[in-house]
Amino acid sequence: MLLLERRPVDSSLMRWASPVLALVLTVMTGFVLFLAMGKDPVEGLTFFFITPISDLIGLAELGLKMAPLLLCAAGLTVCYRAKVWNIGAEGHFLMGALGASAVAVQLMDMSGFWVLPVVLVAGILAGMLWAAIAAGLKTHLHCNEILTTIMLNYIALNLLLYAVHGPLKDPYGFGFPQSVMFAESALLPDLIPGTRLHLGLAFGLLAAVSVWVLFARSFIGFQLNVVGQDQRAAAFAGFGARRLTWFAFLVGGATAGLAGASEVTGPIGQLVPQVSPGYGYTAIIVVFLGRMHALGIIAASALLALTFIGGEMLQIAMNMPKAVTGLFQGLLLFYLLTCDAFIHYRVRLRAPVRKPTRVAAPAATQEA
Amino acid sequence: MELLTNILAAMVVAGTPLLLVALGELICERSGVLNLGQEGMMLMGAVAGFVVALTTGSLAVAVFASVFAGIGMALLFALMAVTLAANQYAAGLALTIFGTGLSAFVGAGFVGESIDGFERVAIPLLSDIPVIGRVLFHQDLLVYFSLVVFAGIWLFLHHSRGGLLLRAVGEDPDAANANGLKVLVVRYLAVAFGGGMAGLAGAYLSLAYTPMWTENMTAGRGWIALALVVFATWRPERVLIGAWLFGAASILHLVLQGLGWRASTELLAMLPYVVTILMLVLLSWNPARTRLNTPLSLGQPYRPGR
Amino acid sequence: MTAALRLKLENIVKEYPGCRANDGIDLTVGAGEIHALLGENGAGKSTLMKVIYGVVQPDEGRMIWNGHPVTVDSPARAREMGIGMVFQHFSLFETLTVAENIALGLPADEARDRRKLDQRIREVSGRYGMALDPRRYVSTLSVGERQRVEIVRCLIQESTLLILDEPTSVLTPQEVTALFATLRQLSSEGCSILFISHKLEEVRSLCHNATVLRQGKVSGDCRPGEVSAADIARLMVGDDTPISTQVSAAQTGDVLLDVRNLGCKSRAPFGTSLTDVNFQLRQGEIVGIAGVAGNGQDELLKALSGEIRADWGEIELDGVRMNALSPGQRRKLGVAIVPEERLGRGAVPGMSLAENALLTASGQDLVGRGMIRFGRVRSFSREVIRRFGVRCIGEDSTAASLSGGNLQKYIIGREALQNPRMLVASHPTWGVDVGSAVAIHEALVALRDEGASILLVSEDLDELFQLCSRIGALCQGRLSPLARTAELSIEQLGEWMAGGFGSAEATHAAA
Repeated sequence: MLLLERRPVDSSLMRWASPVLALVLTVMTGFVLFLAMGKDPVEGLTFFFITPISDLIGLAELGLKMAPLLLCAAGLTVCYRAKVWNIGAEGHFLMGALGASAVAVQLMDMSGFWVLPVVLVAGILAGMLWAAIAAGLKTHLHCNEILTTIMLNYIALNLLLYAVHGPLKDPYGFGFPQSVMFAESALLPDLIPGTRLHLGLAFGLLAAVSVWVLFARSFIGFQLNVVGQDQRAAAFAGFGARRLTWFAFLVGGATAGLAGASEVTGPIGQLVPQVSPGYGYTAIIVVFLGRMHALGIIAASALLALTFIGGEMLQIAMNMPKAVTGLFQGLLLFYLLTCDAFIHYRVRLRAPVRKPTRVAAPAATQEA
Repeated sequence: MELLTNILAAMVVAGTPLLLVALGELICERSGVLNLGQEGMMLMGAVAGFVVALTTGSLAVAVFASVFAGIGMALLFALMAVTLAANQYAAGLALTIFGTGLSAFVGAGFVGESIDGFERVAIPLLSDIPVIGRVLFHQDLLVYFSLVVFAGIWLFLHHSRGGLLLRAVGEDPDAANANGLKVLVVRYLAVAFGGGMAGLAGAYLSLAYTPMWTENMTAGRGWIALALVVFATWRPERVLIGAWLFGAASILHLVLQGLGWRASTELLAMLPYVVTILMLVLLSWNPARTRLNTPLSLGQPYRPGR
Repeated sequence: MTAALRLKLENIVKEYPGCRANDGIDLTVGAGEIHALLGENGAGKSTLMKVIYGVVQPDEGRMIWNGHPVTVDSPARAREMGIGMVFQHFSLFETLTVAENIALGLPADEARDRRKLDQRIREVSGRYGMALDPRRYVSTLSVGERQRVEIVRCLIQESTLLILDEPTSVLTPQEVTALFATLRQLSSEGCSILFISHKLEEVRSLCHNATVLRQGKVSGDCRPGEVSAADIARLMVGDDTPISTQVSAAQTGDVLLDVRNLGCKSRAPFGTSLTDVNFQLRQGEIVGIAGVAGNGQDELLKALSGEIRADWGEIELDGVRMNALSPGQRRKLGVAIVPEERLGRGAVPGMSLAENALLTASGQDLVGRGMIRFGRVRSFSREVIRRFGVRCIGEDSTAASLSGGNLQKYIIGREALQNPRMLVASHPTWGVDVGSAVAIHEALVALRDEGASILLVSEDLDELFQLCSRIGALCQGRLSPLARTAELSIEQLGEWMAGGFGSAEATHAAA
C-alpha cells in the first residue's frame, strides 16, 4: 500500500529540487504532446527552449521579457510572503502602462532628462493607486483580495481599451486603437546597443535585490513573514496586519506599475491594447517557481520569459498554435505544486500485514 | 412590458452559466474546499463541448463531453488539493492557468467555426403565463436543467443525510473523521460535482449562449461565480437570485445601448466587474454576517491520521 | 482469559518519526470496570486511546475484544464493536443541532426517523441525569452540556466501553460530581469505562484500577483507592523529578493594574463577551483566574494585551490609561503576555527560537534603523535558553521541534528576561511535563518576588491554590469577586465558576 506520511522535518532538498523536477516533467509532457501531434519532439523542444536564445539578439529578447516578469514577481513575492493573495499584478501593470502613457502623451513636446522619470513615476503611482483600492477593500471592508484584484484586472483592461479607443487615441493613427509614439525624451535607454534590451531589466534586478534585503535583513520583512506564517502570532506580537497588508499591496502595485511603464516607454514606445501578453498572471508562476526567493525568481523569470519567445518561435517555425505558451506555463505550475507536496510528505511503501516482531531484514523477503 | 419581458428573459439566459457554476462551487465549498479553478474548468468544458458538437453533430454528446472535461479538471485539482494537501489557493490558480492554456491550445483550430446551438423550447401551458411564461418557460433545455439542479441542491442540503454529511465535513473535518465519516471521499465527490457543473456552465456558453469558441470566452464568469457564492453566504436560494442579478448586470450595457444611451462600450463592459466588487463590499463590510454561514474549514487542507 | 474481560491489549507499539509513543503496552479492562489510564503529558495516553479507537494503527501488538482478537482500522469500526469515545476537544459540529450531531454517528436507517431519535435522546439523557434538548444547536450549549452530548451519543450507539479523555478538565467541581454519579451508574450496569486523567484525587475516588504510563511504557498498575496520591505521582514522573514547588509568602506592594467596568464584545464566531469586569493587581502578587474554558479567558487576555480594544471601561497600568494602546505600546510600558497556545500564537512553529525572540523582544535593542541585529537576537535567545534550562539543540532549532514544556519555558523566559512589570499567563502548565511545570512555577514566583504583578489564568485549581494570593473565577464573561486564597473553599470557587455570584458583589470586592 502506498502511504503518504508527514515528514518529521520538511525536506529542504525537495524545496529546491521540486522546481527542477517540475521542469523535467513539463518537458517530458511536451515531448509526448509533440509526438501525439505528429511533430518531431526533439525539433519542437529545440525550437522552444534552445533556438530562441542561441544568439545575442535572442538573449536580449529574453532579457526584454524577463524585465516585466521580474518586476511583477518581486512585488508579488512581498505579497505572498505575507499571504496577501494579490492576483492583481496584471491590473497594476496595465494601469502603470496607462498612467505612464497618459503623462507621456501630455509631455510630447518636452525634452530634458526629467521627462522619463516623471513618466515612470506616473506609472508607479498608477499601479499603487490600483493596488490601494484592493488594499482598502481588504483592510477596511473585509473583501477577499483574490476576487477584488481579479475584478480590478478586468476593469483595468477595459479602462485601457477605453483610453486607446478614446482620449489617448492617436488622431492620425488610421483608426487603430493606439496612442501616438512617445517623444524620445520619454523613452528608456537601451542597455545593449543594437538590441531592444532596455533599462527595465536593471529595474527588475534591482527589485529582486531589494526583496532579498527586505526579507533577509529588515524587521518589516520579518513581520511580513510572521503575518504570512502565523496570523495569530502576528496579532499577539502586535504586528499590525492592516499596515503590513497595505505595505505589501503598495509594493506590489509600485513594481508592477513600473513594469507597465517600462513596457510602454521601452520596446513599444506607445500605448497599445495588447501591451501585456499576461505578464501579471505569469508572474504568479514565477513567484511560486522561484520559491519566493530573490535568486529563485530571477531564474524562474528567465525560464518563463523563454516560454513566451519559445511559443512565438514554435508558431513561426512549426505552425503550432501560440497557446503552447499558456499550456507550458500551466503544466509547469501544476507539476510544481504536485512536487511541492513532497516537501512536507514522503511516500512510504507499507505492507498490508504487520508482523508483531521487529527484524532488521527487509520486510519484503519475509512476506515472500 | 414587451421590452421588460425581453430584458428579464435575457437576464435569465445571461445568469444561467453563473448559476450553474456557482451551484457547483457552493457544494464544493460546503465540503471545505475552495476551488479557484472555476475559470479553467469552465473553459475546458466550453471547448470540449464545442469541439465534440462540431465533430459529432450531437449536442447531447457535447454536453456530456463538457461535463466530463470539467470533472477531469476537478479531479486534477482534487489530486493536488485533497490528496496531496496542497495550498488550495495555489492549486486553484494553477488549475485556472492550466485550463486557460490547455483550452486555447485544444481550441486553436476551431476558432471561427460555428454550430447550431440549443434552441428554445416552450413548455406547454406554463409558457403562456404572462411575463413569467416568457422569462422562465420559453428557454432552452439547459436553463430548465439549471432550475432542476437548483431544486435538487436545495433539497439535498436541507433535507438529506448526504447534505448533513457534507456540512459536517466542511465545518470540522477532524470531528467528522472521529465520527467515522470519510472526509476525503466526501471532498472528492464535492470537488468532482463542482467540476461537472463548471463544465456544464462552459457548455452553456459555447453551445447555447454564443454557439462558438473563442479563447477566454468565459471572460471572468468563473471568478464572478466565486464572488457570488460568498455574496450568497453559501445558500442556494441566494445563489439563484444573485446569478440572475449578475446576469442583469452583464446585459445592462446592451439594454442601455438599446435605449439609445451613448456611452463607450469599453466603459459599459466594466459593469459586471464593478457590480461584483460592489456586491462584495455590500456583503463583506460586516464580517460577522459572512462568518455565520462560512464553512469553517474552508480552504484548509485535511490529512487524516495523527 | 475470563468472559468478563472486555478489552485486552498486548504489547502495543506505535512509533512516530522520531518518537516511540507506545512501547509495548499491556492493558486489561473488565466488564463494568472503571479503569484509569494515568500518565504525564507525552507519556503515550492519547496515542494509546487513538489506537483503541482506531484513529491510528499500531505498528505491533494485539487487541482482544470480548475474547476475540480484532483489528480496529477506523473509528467507524470501533463504534460498531461498541467502543465509544469522548474527546477532550469535542468532536461536535457547532452549526448542527444535538440530534443532527447524534444522527451523523448512527447508521442511516436508525437516523432516518428524526422524531424517534429525539425521543431516544430524551430517554437516554433523562435516565442518566444528563438533561438535553435534541433540537438545540450545539453552538448554544455550555461545555458541560456538550460533554453530555458526546456521552449520550456513545450510549445511543450502545457502547460497552466508554473512553473519556480528561473529561473533568472542562468542568466545575459540581459538574464533576454529577458526571461521576453518571459514570458509576453506567459501571453498575456493566459498561466499562477507560478514564484518562492526570488528576490523582479524582482517580482515587472514582476508579477501580489504574494503569500508569511513563515515556511510552507501563510503569505500574495499582488500585488507586488503596495507595496514596504521592505514590501514583511517583509512578508517573519517576524518581528524579521534583513533584511540586515550595511557594513562599508574597510581599504585596502598591496597586499596579486597575481594571474598571471592562467590557468587550467577542470578535470570534462563538466567543464570549466580557461584561463589567473589575479587579486590581498589586505589585509582587500572583492573582488567579479560575473558570471553565470559553468563559471569556481568551477575551480578557486579549483585552489586556491590546489585541482587541475594550468597548467599555478602563484599563490603567500605574495610572496610565492603556485602553487605546497597541500591543507594542503596552509592551513598552512593561506588559508581558504568555498566551494559552504556545505554538501558533506564543511562537511561530516554523521559525527558529532566535526569530521567535524577535516576536516580542524587538524592543530590547534587537532592531536598529529597521534592520535586525542578528548578533544580539542570538545572544538574547541563548540567554533565555541558558537561564531557563530550555532543552534544545540551540537557538536555531525551530519552535515546533521543542516539547511543549521546553517551548513554554522558552516563552516565559523570553518575557521574564524583559523585566516586565506585569505578566499575564494563560494556562502556562497545560500539557506540560511535571519537571517543566515546576520550573515554570518557580520562574513565575521569582518574577513575583522581583516585584512584578502576575495574573494567572488557569483551569488547574491545584495550581491556582498553590501559587496565588487571591483567586476569582470567570463565568460567561463576568468576573467573580477575588478572595484571599487562605479564606476560599473549593466549593465556593466551584459555585463562582458556575456563575453563582451577584454582579453587584463583584464590583465591591474588587479590591
